[in-house]
Amino acid sequence: MIRIENINKRFKKLQALIEINALFEKGQVVSLIGPNGSGKTTLIKCILGMVKADSGKIYFNNELINGDPSYRSQIGYMPQIGRYPDNMKVGQLFKMLKNIRNVPAEKLDEELYHQFKLGEIADKPMRTLSGGTRQKVSAALSFLFSPEVLILDEPTAGLDPLASEILKEKIIKEKMKKKLILITSHILSDLDELTTHIIYMQEGKLQFFKEIESLREETGELKLGKAIARIMKGEKFSNEWIDKMFEINKEGNIY
Amino acid sequence: MLKLSKYVLYDIVRSKIILAYTLFLFLVSFSLFNMEENSSKAIMSLLTIILIVVPMISMIFTTIHYYNSYEFIELMLSQPMSRRKILLSEYAGVSVSLLSSFLIGVGIPILVYSPDAIGFSFLFTGGALTLVFTSLAFLTSVIARDKARGIGFALLLWFYFALIYDGLILLILFTFSDYPLEKLTLVLTALNPIDLGRISIMLKMDVSALMGYTGALYKDFFGSGSGILFTVGIMFLWIILPLWGALRIFKKKDL
Repeated sequence: MIRIENINKRFKKLQALIEINALFEKGQVVSLIGPNGSGKTTLIKCILGMVKADSGKIYFNNELINGDPSYRSQIGYMPQIGRYPDNMKVGQLFKMLKNIRNVPAEKLDEELYHQFKLGEIADKPMRTLSGGTRQKVSAALSFLFSPEVLILDEPTAGLDPLASEILKEKIIKEKMKKKLILITSHILSDLDELTTHIIYMQEGKLQFFKEIESLREETGELKLGKAIARIMKGEKFSNEWIDKMFEINKEGNIY
Repeated sequence: MLKLSKYVLYDIVRSKIILAYTLFLFLVSFSLFNMEENSSKAIMSLLTIILIVVPMISMIFTTIHYYNSYEFIELMLSQPMSRRKILLSEYAGVSVSLLSSFLIGVGIPILVYSPDAIGFSFLFTGGALTLVFTSLAFLTSVIARDKARGIGFALLLWFYFALIYDGLILLILFTFSDYPLEKLTLVLTALNPIDLGRISIMLKMDVSALMGYTGALYKDFFGSGSGILFTVGIMFLWIILPLWGALRIFKKKDL
């Protein structure tokens, strides 16, 4: 459904993405994980066309993304930090987006809007909302037009346990409908019950893209957090091992 | 696009700055017409004020509005909305509000006190300058990344067109006073929309008799049909070119 080919992106001194290749299909729940600044959000923004890649191509349903914005009608995006016009009220924001998108009422998915009880704060201006409430608004907006693809950037960060549980339920429901869902998160326990595929990124490089089952088999761990930790440790271990080898060689040369 | 502009306009009208601007223009022009018995004298005084105030307010208001609606632009970018459409709706919203502000604030007093050719060319010049400096401000805001730099850049540009440029022209005229410079000054005038506006109005009035030989040449040129066409054409270019540049940069920008 989304095909990414040889994406490179450089922000002045920082090489944010290096030769990224990936293929996402319907029904997958792909978790993007990696340290801060590893390029996860940049990759997402490339798919959305907010950041223009230096080179490489992105296809959406086999069509090259190239300036035509119509493909974005099939994407629901929940940003990491939702920023909205300060003076606009919550109700107005929803009304405006519905008006702009012009989607028939029966195709709207207002489940989250009701579950998060956003109707009760419809009169509040966006600037008065707390971070968590803002996050709820972002979540409700991303699901509102029942899109085929959901891109959620740190969806549960800042949400209270109850809201985070509601959101997870909703994600699982959408997963059942065979939608493609991309999630980035640092809370691996949240991803455990949702994800089908894992992408691990580091310093702008895609380290691996695996099914969760094979990851579990390889590491022998059932919990995602432990499996990832094992892989991260494993890499470190092998580096140390190489370092030791070099030291021995150096010593060997001296003698 | 109209829908988007509607929201931009709504946002601007609510901030009440545009209302204050209209009121200011209205009071200044009304009191000037009342103080001077001769309406052409009043227009001369009004011209001096308008040529300073209109470009400055247009630039600063546009720049501040652009940075304040950054969130709105970001939100729209995640929707199926092309960048061109987003920026043009912003431009339409800002320019329509500034233009109507000018046409109400200055237009009504002029229609009451001086509804002649001078009055109408005055309104045309003021309106054109509003659009020109709105375009220029869009260009500088799209280039500069943060608000402080954007406003600084806009002020510098205003300073250049309103003050520095005239100094430069005088310097050139004095240095090369041995050569025939009439054609050159004509070209130099076209390179500054404020000067172009000032001359095209002054030449319609009696004061142009005081301007000597160059004045006679100017009057010959700007008074003719092709001169009017020239003024309108150059003003049009001053509106279109910066806006076109802003669109080009905005399309490639990472947000």
